[in-house]
Amino acid sequence: MKLIRGYPEYMRKSIKQVERTRPNRLEQSIPPMSLDERKALLTKFHPDFREDQKRALACGPSKGMRIHRELADLLEAQPLVTSTLDLNQIDFDVDVLIIGGGGAGTVAALWAMKEGIDPKRILIVTKLRHGDSNSTMAQGGIQAADRPNDSPATHYLDVIGGGHFTNRADLVKALVMDAPSIIAWHESLGMMYDKDADGNFVENPGGGTSRNRMHSAKDYTGLEIMRVLRDEARNAGIPVVEFAPAIELLMDDRGRVAGAVLLNLETKKYRIVKAQATILTTGGLGRLHMQQFPTTNHYGATGDGLVLAYRVGAELIDLDAIQYHPTGAAFPAQMAGLLITEKVRGMGAQPVNKDGELFVFPLEPRDVESSAFIRECYERELGIETPQGMRGVWLDSPMVDMLHGPGTIEASLPAMFRMYQRFGVDMTRDPILVFPTLHYQNGGVVADERGATNVPGLYVAGEVMGGIHGKNRLMGNSLLDFNVFGRRAGIAAANYARQAIAGKLSLAHVEEYKRQLRDAGIDNDHAAPQILPEYRGQEALERMLDIPI
Amino acid sequence: MIDQPREINIQLMGKDYKVSSGLTIIAAIEYAGYKLVRGAGCRAGFCGACPTLYRRAGSHKLYTALACQTLAEDGMCLVQVPFVPVVRRPYDIEEVAPSANIILQYYPEVAACVSCNTCTRACPQGISVMDYIQTALRGDIEQTALLSFDCISCGICSSRCPADIKHYPVGQLARRIYSKYLLPRSSQLADRLDEMETEQCEVEVETMMHLSTEELRARYEQRSFETVAGRDQKHSAIQKWGTAVDPVDYRDEVEEVAY
Ligand SMILES: Cc1cc2nc3c(=O)[nH]c(=O)nc-3n(C[C@H](O)[C@H](O)[C@H](O)COP(=O)(O)OP(=O)(O)OC[C@H]3O[C@@H](n4cnc5c(N)ncnc54)[C@H](O)[C@@H]3O)c2cc1C
Ligand code: SF4
Ligand code: SF4
Ligand code: FES
Repeated sequence: MKLIRGYPEYMRKSIKQVERTRPNRLEQSIPPMSLDERKALLTKFHPDFREDQKRALACGPSKGMRIHRELADLLEAQPLVTSTLDLNQIDFDVDVLIIGGGGAGTVAALWAMKEGIDPKRILIVTKLRHGDSNSTMAQGGIQAADRPNDSPATHYLDVIGGGHFTNRADLVKALVMDAPSIIAWHESLGMMYDKDADGNFVENPGGGTSRNRMHSAKDYTGLEIMRVLRDEARNAGIPVVEFAPAIELLMDDRGRVAGAVLLNLETKKYRIVKAQATILTTGGLGRLHMQQFPTTNHYGATGDGLVLAYRVGAELIDLDAIQYHPTGAAFPAQMAGLLITEKVRGMGAQPVNKDGELFVFPLEPRDVESSAFIRECYERELGIETPQGMRGVWLDSPMVDMLHGPGTIEASLPAMFRMYQRFGVDMTRDPILVFPTLHYQNGGVVADERGATNVPGLYVAGEVMGGIHGKNRLMGNSLLDFNVFGRRAGIAAANYARQAIAGKLSLAHVEEYKRQLRDAGIDNDHAAPQILPEYRGQEALERMLDIPI
Repeated sequence: MIDQPREINIQLMGKDYKVSSGLTIIAAIEYAGYKLVRGAGCRAGFCGACPTLYRRAGSHKLYTALACQTLAEDGMCLVQVPFVPVVRRPYDIEEVAPSANIILQYYPEVAACVSCNTCTRACPQGISVMDYIQTALRGDIEQTALLSFDCISCGICSSRCPADIKHYPVGQLARRIYSKYLLPRSSQLADRLDEMETEQCEVEVETMMHLSTEELRARYEQRSFETVAGRDQKHSAIQKWGTAVDPVDYRDEVEEVAY
């Protein structure tokens, strides 16, 4: 296939149309939809409204909850280990076990230590490397109400309205009330936020915020937070075991969570952790690719924590609402699904179809905007099909430099610009092709404002936790939530660990869960947690022999 | 114009494979049948998990790249580097002082830099790595922090450095010292924290918590918005977030669809 400055010839023709209509579009946009129009669009096109793609959970503590098929399959899958596993040899005996070395896990470890737990009695176990996580990928920023015209109450209203008033009020209170002190903690750790000459933070607006309260570190905000947290955990000497996902939680004979079974991803050897308190911080589920959507999430985001928690009896909430980001990259294929920050539209780039027509107000709510893109591609058939068969619409990025002056893209969207440049596309000169991408797990495991679940000994924090954002999270509140609830869970788990004495370890709950599956008539042979997605080539898989060597 | 064949030949760790063209190195390795455990993290150029060492067809030179951010090319001969065991030296952020020799105290190797520029040429982020090592050597913490900011700690630079310099821990140390000691503290944040001592903020939030959903909704709809200077035209092309049109999800307006 011939590529001309990154695009095949037929796409170049469409780009000509985009360029033809651009002068007019620079002068005028189109108005937003009415509420009725939005409603009609959403119910017809938004993936979360496709009831045929959901089903009710057949067993477990949240039995009856309607969730996406892919997730239901996972929750109703067979465990990877049975209760016959030998639990007598304990490899790690600790006070606080943290499962998941992303942002939430690292924050929890640091605060469990500050709460008085000997760092050597804390253990972080994680699937990939410490920090290979969604946290590192966050670009936009973190919210906190610390400017004079803002207040925690204003932040509260934004969060709860953004979540369609479905959020748990006490969790939102914790989120907004802790926010300023979290930023102060970051400041004292030496995180390099964007600041003005006086030392005050440069704060931007974000989708759904009524005040400018998005603190950022260029478009590498999550990277900066994560690498400083990791650096601090290293300084503190907190042990980390990498490439060792937890594949099952352990309970003791009194029904408390008391550790986990780890799998060494390279040797496949299992190891047993006994812990007085366990904090689950495994992040999100983008790599389940619901309805075949691509995702912005990291390689290990397979919803393992939900599976583990569910089997010990923890309740789940709001998992019917998955956040799709309207602008994921659709071309070149190497970038499929990667996040194109909302900032690009915020700065003036319009979505246009293959004929160069603007078909939707550029800054509709995320779900409305996503639905409009899906309609344009699959009902009106006015999208652009890539050589790989993916459809998308143009996001007219060169408008940004035209509206704000040459060089704006390079200066304010360096990560974005760099990514396209690496694959031969110059987004300052040509539009980019986008389509909605699976971005965030709004719901998760139910917990109180200390991060405690309904199962004794089990705490959660971060994306795996539900209830904070209700049915919809606003940008900038999840970097905040993993800090707020990571800290709270770390402290609560430390205090719990001090009094608890874990009893005899057991996997009886696994047998119990299998019994529930059988009783519900579920008879399948797939297993969970999934640990990593399957991306091997079809041809290679077809001829693969599963031979032990 | 680039003419790409449909299939290309690559060598993974010395073995030949035919893979579909247009794939990143990560995807090409997977296409060939490998299940990656090492060498893949974010898959988007943010985490540094995927350093790759490669040669091109007909060339004797060794190149470095991020496997998730680089296209596999016909004739490439490559190997993934699982990680680079770079030493970092622990310190107490409360105890270090922003003195000119602080980085040298922890990383004296910096003084051995021979200015060969290998690190800069190897860096997949396009960072002027040698420059930030030089500024570190001069005791310029601020410049070291600013120049190293885009670093994703992949360790490629350190794997190639003849002087065994630990580049990314040097950058990390400089950035933390700079941000903690050389950037002024936010007075607005300090004021807010003082205010929060008085319980006023909590009372306001509690009030919100006790409103009915209808009352909350009414307040939500009446929110005033902070406008961004020059960007408050209603439907202009440069509509910015935070103006009167509020880009959040409006699914709650779709009443008949019960969650
Ligand atoms: C591209 C992108 C951009 C984003 N931008 C923003 C933004 O601008 N602002 C904002 O507020 N939020 C943003 N978010 C969301 C935010 O980054 C995440 O929700 C948040 O960082 C989640 O933190 P976490 O610690 O809960 O999970 P993660 O950071 O994902 O960490 C979870 C960790 O657990 C590990 N793990 C998973 N399963 C297991 C297991 N079985 N055993 C052991 N370990 C396991 C994972 O490998 C990972 O290291 C963005 C997300 C993405 C993907
Ligand atoms: S590679 Fe090492 S010696 Fe060469 S310029 Fe970089 S830091 Fe100096
Ligand atoms: S400076 Fe070194 S560690 Fe950092 S991104 Fe560049 S090559 Fe990687
Ligand atoms: S996988 Fe994270 S940078 Fe390549």
